[in-house]
Amino acid sequence: MIYVNGDEQQDATTVAALLERLGFGERARGLAVALDGEVVPRSEWHSAQLAPGARVEVVGATQGG
Amino acid sequence: MQHKEAEIISPPGEGLTIGARTLRSRLILGSGGFTSLELLAGAVEASGTALVTVAMRRVEATARGSLIELLDGLGVGVLPNTAGCFTARDAVRTAQLAREALQTNWIKLEVIGDEQTLLPDAAELLVAAEQLVDDGFVVLPYTTDDPILARRLEDAGCAAVMPLGSPIGSNLGLESRAFLEIILAQSRVPVVVDAGLGAPSHAAAALEMGADAVLVNTAIAASEDPVAMARAFRLGVEAGRIAREAGLAGSGSRRSPSLAGATSPLTAFLGEDGR
Repeated sequence: MIYVNGDEQQDATTVAALLERLGFGERARGLAVALDGEVVPRSEWHSAQLAPGARVEVVGATQGG
Repeated sequence: MQHKEAEIISPPGEGLTIGARTLRSRLILGSGGFTSLELLAGAVEASGTALVTVAMRRVEATARGSLIELLDGLGVGVLPNTAGCFTARDAVRTAQLAREALQTNWIKLEVIGDEQTLLPDAAELLVAAEQLVDDGFVVLPYTTDDPILARRLEDAGCAAVMPLGSPIGSNLGLESRAFLEIILAQSRVPVVVDAGLGAPSHAAAALEMGADAVLVNTAIAASEDPVAMARAFRLGVEAGRIAREAGLAGSGSRRSPSLAGATSPLTAFLGEDGR
């Protein structure tokens, strides 16, 4: 089990695989990913491994002042 | 008539230079609270702004929005903020995520100390500013009207300071005027009055005082006609800037508030003179 934005999710091998499964296209501008509190650069989404219990945050821009 | 109007609202003088970038408008628009992206787009265009703030939030796959595509399409820059952060640690991480997501090293740094008032936490703000400057960010901190804190932020390497005009969302205008005048007199980086401006006349007054720019959100987004209000703020900002450059009659020299004279002697503390 891993955690994505605080919710339990099935394990995934890499950040890229997880985003693919959740329906995020990886081309979309405006997304960033943190793994256990550290930012994962887009260039490393394919190589970043997700261990069981990993905490992933997927964030993007929203309206705000 | 179109031609005349275009002349009136053409940008006066030079643009606003922050860091390595020169913006064509001195009005920064906050994107919060607009009830639709269409309305936001209309306000962006009517405001003439070159820079629009956005917040960073967790996103669902289904909700992947077109906000960034919209702003890109309008040809304006995006200024991410760290809204919702209460610690320097959270703010730094949010800034890093924003940089990765939006491919910009500009950040409107907010570290909030109180959920009710959304006032800045000065201690955490300064720590976050120092770390972000070290990490290569162009940092625009939302700060209080404290001139000493503004100076500390500037000394830390911030590209601008953004003191509040009055409590955020209050629409009260320049309640902090006396302190803003000191900040304006001392600051060597651009001063952007952020928060509390409720009417175009407030924005005009800020620019007349010598503020380099204003950031407006609620006053436009929560008005009955946000597109018309965006245009009104644009005109207010431009009127204020032109007036500043023209030199208000009887205003004397630029940036000269009456500063304090100490009423107690500024003597060294005991022991300091023996070193």
